[in-house]
Amino acid sequence: MSTALLGALLPAVPLAAGLVGLLLPLAPRRSATDQAATTGQAAVTDQTAAIEQESVARRVAIGLGVAGAAGALALAVALLVTLDGPAEASTTWIRFGGLTVTLGVRLDGAAALVAVAVAAVALAVQVYSIGYLKRGPHDDVDVDHRYPPYAAQVSLFTAAMLLVVVSGDLIMLLVGWEVMGICSYLLIAHDRRLPEAPAAAMKAFLVTRVGDVGFLLGIALLGVSAGSFRIADVLAHDHGTTTLTAAGLLLLAGVAGKSAQFPLHTWLPDAMAGPTPISALIHAATMVAAGVYAVTRLWPLFAATPTVLAVLGVMASVTLLLGALAATAQDDIKRVLAWSTVSQIGYMTGALAVGSPPAALFHLLTHAAFKALLFLAAGAVIHAVGTTLMSRMGGLRHRMPVTFWCTVIGLGALAGVPPLSGFWSKEGVLAAAEDALLGDGPAPAWVGWLVFLTGLVGVAITAWYATRLLLRTFFGAARDPLATPHDPPVPLRWPVLLLAVPAALLGLAGFWPWFTDRLLSSAAGDPGAPRLMHVGPLVLLPLALLLLGVGLAWAGWRRDTAADPADALGPLRPVFARAFRLDDVQHALVVRPMAALGRTVRAVDERVVDGAATGTGRGARALGGGLGTLHRAALPRAAAALLAGVLLIGLATALIGATS
Amino acid sequence: MSLGQFLLVAVLAVPALGALAVAAVPRDRAARVVGTVAAALTLVAALALFANRGGWSVYGPTPPAVRPWHSLDLPWVPGLDLRFHLGVDGISWPLVVLTALLTLLCCGYSLWRVPAGGSGRALVALLLVVEVGILGTFLALDLVLFFLFFEVVLLPMYAIIVGWGGDGTDAAAVEARRRAGRKFALYTLFGSVLLLVGVYVVVAAAGTADIVALTGGSQLSRHTQLAAFVLLALAFAVKSPLWPLHSWLPDAHTQAPTVGSVLLAGVLLKMGTYGLIRVAVGVAPSGARWAAPVLGVLAVAAILIGSLVCLAQTELKRLIAYSSVGHMGFVLLGIATLTATGIQAALIGNVAHGIITGLLFFLAGAIKDRTHTGELGELSGLRETAPRLSGLLAFAAIASLALPGLAGFWGEAFAVVAAVESGGPFWITLAVLAAFGGALTAAYLLRLLRRVTHGRPSRVLVGLRPGLAGAELAAWTPLVLLALAVGLAPTLVLGVAEAPVHALVEVLR
Repeated sequence: MSTALLGALLPAVPLAAGLVGLLLPLAPRRSATDQAATTGQAAVTDQTAAIEQESVARRVAIGLGVAGAAGALALAVALLVTLDGPAEASTTWIRFGGLTVTLGVRLDGAAALVAVAVAAVALAVQVYSIGYLKRGPHDDVDVDHRYPPYAAQVSLFTAAMLLVVVSGDLIMLLVGWEVMGICSYLLIAHDRRLPEAPAAAMKAFLVTRVGDVGFLLGIALLGVSAGSFRIADVLAHDHGTTTLTAAGLLLLAGVAGKSAQFPLHTWLPDAMAGPTPISALIHAATMVAAGVYAVTRLWPLFAATPTVLAVLGVMASVTLLLGALAATAQDDIKRVLAWSTVSQIGYMTGALAVGSPPAALFHLLTHAAFKALLFLAAGAVIHAVGTTLMSRMGGLRHRMPVTFWCTVIGLGALAGVPPLSGFWSKEGVLAAAEDALLGDGPAPAWVGWLVFLTGLVGVAITAWYATRLLLRTFFGAARDPLATPHDPPVPLRWPVLLLAVPAALLGLAGFWPWFTDRLLSSAAGDPGAPRLMHVGPLVLLPLALLLLGVGLAWAGWRRDTAADPADALGPLRPVFARAFRLDDVQHALVVRPMAALGRTVRAVDERVVDGAATGTGRGARALGGGLGTLHRAALPRAAAALLAGVLLIGLATALIGATS
Repeated sequence: MSLGQFLLVAVLAVPALGALAVAAVPRDRAARVVGTVAAALTLVAALALFANRGGWSVYGPTPPAVRPWHSLDLPWVPGLDLRFHLGVDGISWPLVVLTALLTLLCCGYSLWRVPAGGSGRALVALLLVVEVGILGTFLALDLVLFFLFFEVVLLPMYAIIVGWGGDGTDAAAVEARRRAGRKFALYTLFGSVLLLVGVYVVVAAAGTADIVALTGGSQLSRHTQLAAFVLLALAFAVKSPLWPLHSWLPDAHTQAPTVGSVLLAGVLLKMGTYGLIRVAVGVAPSGARWAAPVLGVLAVAAILIGSLVCLAQTELKRLIAYSSVGHMGFVLLGIATLTATGIQAALIGNVAHGIITGLLFFLAGAIKDRTHTGELGELSGLRETAPRLSGLLAFAAIASLALPGLAGFWGEAFAVVAAVESGGPFWITLAVLAAFGGALTAAYLLRLLRRVTHGRPSRVLVGLRPGLAGAELAAWTPLVLLALAVGLAPTLVLGVAEAPVHALVEVLR
């Protein structure tokens, strides 16, 4: 099979699974009143039939979802193995005037690696969901997981991300980009027990959509400048500096939205309202990774504009620290992980800002592994104790040993404990920043300093909150005596166990030339392509900071094992917990003014614009009525008017006759 | 008479005769079946127009800017030099098919449900008359004939709104739909007066009413073109509608019965944008170039104002009606750029809006039929009680917010691209504002979904039957599939339009 065909099939397989899945029947939820009202044998059999039909649909949906993800994974692995250099294939999709939109794939080693990560996480999520979204014996009637549309939407989500990965055209990339956004919207709103879910879903889509305004305009600028939206043509074209800078900044807006970078990061923590497997999907390899990946895709354009890289560097540093600090004060285990994602994506964009797409992609891959692992493990914990709040967990180490050890691996990788994966990739980012601060990179040296220093501070904070999470959840005494937690059932356990392998070992792949060659292909043609692995004396600095962070958290916890180490933050804690209140700022500066503007415009439109139209009508009628009244005059006045008219006409005739 | 000419006549004659037959058949249901068959035959004829389209080689060394696939040119009233000149090309054909399809769906839907107010027979007959008028407008290649067909639509549509519209039979409801119908008729009649004057300004100055000969404006002086463009553009702006001449639309759409709203939003508005491209821009290109910035500003104003009003709207059908103002703003922005990109974007935007808004009005009608209310405050939790309907509503809303991969995307994104392509700070600013309008569009449609589909089922939704009727599925499925198909393969619409748009843009230079 040709490489291009493999690339084209990659998104097509889960897309087909998703579209078919959407057609599956969905039995409506039976409300309690309905059930009370249904009496008699007929109603009971009717209901049994509905449940039966639902379970058949559920089985088909499971089959479709898993098959779609597994097929995509097989294709991605085949692509990774067979690909021996960049490949490109395209055909014209549609021409708008002089602008060509193509339908095509653009494949390189980096794309194949990311595709494998996406498909692997998607498969894990599909399998995990089977167990996670299932009505347990103790759940109340209200629980209804409507599995078929859920699984289909996960498939569509996967297809959209894979489309972004393989796309050889900016418009096609935009298609995947936005479809992913709408799938995230649908999936975040999935859980009908949470009243905040629909609002969170809407926020996720709208905040990213605001970024996408920039993304679309950036794409338009580049496409118009190059006369084609094909990535190869856009990269080959010699754009003017102004166009390049403007387009780069506009694209960054889209990247910030999708990858949850300051100031468009606010949607991501709220998106935790979605089911936990969805959080894993959004946070690990898809959605948030898309922004970073899009920048590596268009890297030559960014490398040519130091201004854009400087902006990216500032954005990355702010996000990195903001996310890490916000993660320190959360009580909800999923929100800790969500903020840690914000912070880790900051490392990736930081690597891009200092001119190292391979380092960014390496961290993207390891992060995909360990973050998916962490979310799925957290899901197992939530599944077992029935809450997301760490203040009601504690002491789970003995009850849930498998989950415990997997979480240890995941948190170790997150914090950067050698030799786990995150250590090597974060080291790569810091080394790239170090190179840049010495002035040998496309970005200004100060950006290198900024990313390097914030990255180091971030290491310590990350270690602190990772330790806190572990201690609060798994150590100490159980704070909820009623719960009887246990390790999760098989469909939940295996994805977690299998993800622990790359989370632990993927970093070592950096020593494997086959792997690094593929990763470095994203910076093809870059003279002096940066090394990926750095083992030098400078490794000691982040290690020391790591120990400092762990030690501080540990010391705080040792003093009182029942207390939250975050208490040490003192008055800063509420500030961090609400992430510097940026949500409120956004609400006050954007949401409320927009709503008020809408009301004002509506009133003006109805009163003034429409009022003018109806007023004209009413005026015409009044005028007609007035004239009508005049004509309804009594006989003497009418006769007088008639004579006056005759006189006037006669006079006029006489005058005209006299002049002519 | 060639097959093509026969088909051109058939496309108009079949619905016209169908309307007569419907009126003649005494039994209500049988009459509706006859009408639906006529609509189906019209669709077949419309599709067949594509099948054997002729080459352009007949036109000699300097081909005209309008090169119809088939044309029929007969003297009609020789004394007044009026000709019955019909023709179809890549610009008009997608709209012809869209009209035939939507009318068929509306007639089919009327087989199953006739809104209260009048007989189903009369409704179907009126729908077919409206179809004749719309199809004639898209096919006419003679300005006077164009004007005549443009006017044919008005009164039957007025009758549909007043006869079958509104909800409820109490005095207030009757008065409301009468008022809406009157406003629709008078407002668009005002536009028609301008159109008539514009047509005669052109005809008097050029000495011909033949659109093929007139396109390019070579026979008209610059001043005549300016005057003609202003008159024609105002007339089409009322129909499209362009802000601030839109205020007839929300009332008419809200009060019209479901099938009326579908036709109004789906194809009636397109008469305005089609006329703008074919007649106003084609006949008076200098005028178009002169007025383009104004048109662009008004288009962007329509996008932003339409979206903002939707954000504060509280009634389902009214919200969808106002969303048309915003969507048609994108179409008008595409036309205003006067580039090939922009006009192609406008054409596909036209078709996509017809498909998607047609579907939205069908769904809104289904919700109102079931719950007897359209107030967003009274609707919630649709996905709990009627998951299929809710899923379709979500699909239509998502398509309407121009999700890439669905039909609406191409028109809106490429209107923005065309504005960027036009270059200069002025058009770039318009592009930025229009793109923000796209984000606002997403905001109000998601707000709509959140109100209607999410949350606990409201009182009016509790006892809802979850299923959909077969007629509903039959009417909606083609629109759902088309929204997907046009999104994935825009060539369906633009493949035929590329050459004629290119030819049109050539004469604009």
